[in-house]
Amino acid sequence: MADLIRVGMADYKVGRAPSTLISYGLGSCIGVSLYDPQTKIGGLLHIMLPDSTQARASDNPAKFADTGIPLLLGDVLQLGASRSRLVAKLAGGAQMFAFANATDVMRVGSRNAESVKKLLRDLNIRVIAEDTGGNYGRTVQIDLETGIYKVKTIDKGEKEI
Amino acid sequence: MTDELNLSANQLDALREIGNVGAGNSATALSQIINKRIDMNVPKVALVPLDAVPDLVGGPDMIVVGVFLRIYGRAPGNILFLLPQKSAFYLVDTLMGREHGTTKKLDFMDESALMEIGNILSGAYLNAFFTFTQISMLPSIPALAMDMAGAILNVVLVQLGQMGDQALVIETEFLSEDDGITGHFFLVPDPGSLETIIKAVGVE
Repeated sequence: MADLIRVGMADYKVGRAPSTLISYGLGSCIGVSLYDPQTKIGGLLHIMLPDSTQARASDNPAKFADTGIPLLLGDVLQLGASRSRLVAKLAGGAQMFAFANATDVMRVGSRNAESVKKLLRDLNIRVIAEDTGGNYGRTVQIDLETGIYKVKTIDKGEKEI
Repeated sequence: MTDELNLSANQLDALREIGNVGAGNSATALSQIINKRIDMNVPKVALVPLDAVPDLVGGPDMIVVGVFLRIYGRAPGNILFLLPQKSAFYLVDTLMGREHGTTKKLDFMDESALMEIGNILSGAYLNAFFTFTQISMLPSIPALAMDMAGAILNVVLVQLGQMGDQALVIETEFLSEDDGITGHFFLVPDPGSLETIIKAVGVE
């Protein structure tokens, strides 16, 4: 029986087929998945902020892109995924409220997306699909059987990337 | 900076009392606008882990309407007024003098009306804050979004996330007499603001 594993905000989970990993209600946050299609091992990380060095010390490395991605990578490799086969998908990074004088804090969604992509590039992990930006929330899930990453929204329908 | 974990019982009580009066003002304002009695619970003043905040309003994928205002001044922070979608539609129908159940989607006028409600409630709330603390809190123009609760709360939580793993929320739940409207009013001071507010209250 395929089970659904919930990933909270500033959290990550890894697993293998036939599990599905899901994270609800992402706004400016990003859901980053890593997946090895051969062993069907993967993980999902829900980050809130781009950079831990610009924040006060936190007990929770999964909150930041720069500390969360290495954590996720380490755990999927430990579970038996192959580093060279890993592919990444990501979604989220919206700006929920439009203000005329959007500050850096308001634009955190796009900064999150940039940070995640740069970190993955530095780690030589290919980003094969992306659905970021906009002004709407997303619920994301990755099916570890197929590697299909599903993005659900309220007004903009549902898509598979 | 005051360690948020070390607020004394008296300080928490003081914050709760301010929240109580503020929410009372807001409830009165809302009640007069829609001409219905509004009940509210005793405000919760609590330090909650960031990832638990969406659960306060029914879970991160619950569809809500959020009116967001940034607070400027000596003690900056955020205000978020959250209504479940159904309540928001009901409130709009009431405000626009339409039969309940008419609204299925928010148009420009509806959004504007809800933002104005957010504005009025915030003004009433912040007035109480000023009375207690003598700190002027100036709200920005409101912004509105209808989406998943988690996504909307992100906006507030991200700023706190830079400073720590927990949020101090002063939260009140509203309920109209006919049960048509429930809402959650959140005041979330920026981490640095808490010290300013506590000092101004003058409670040890």
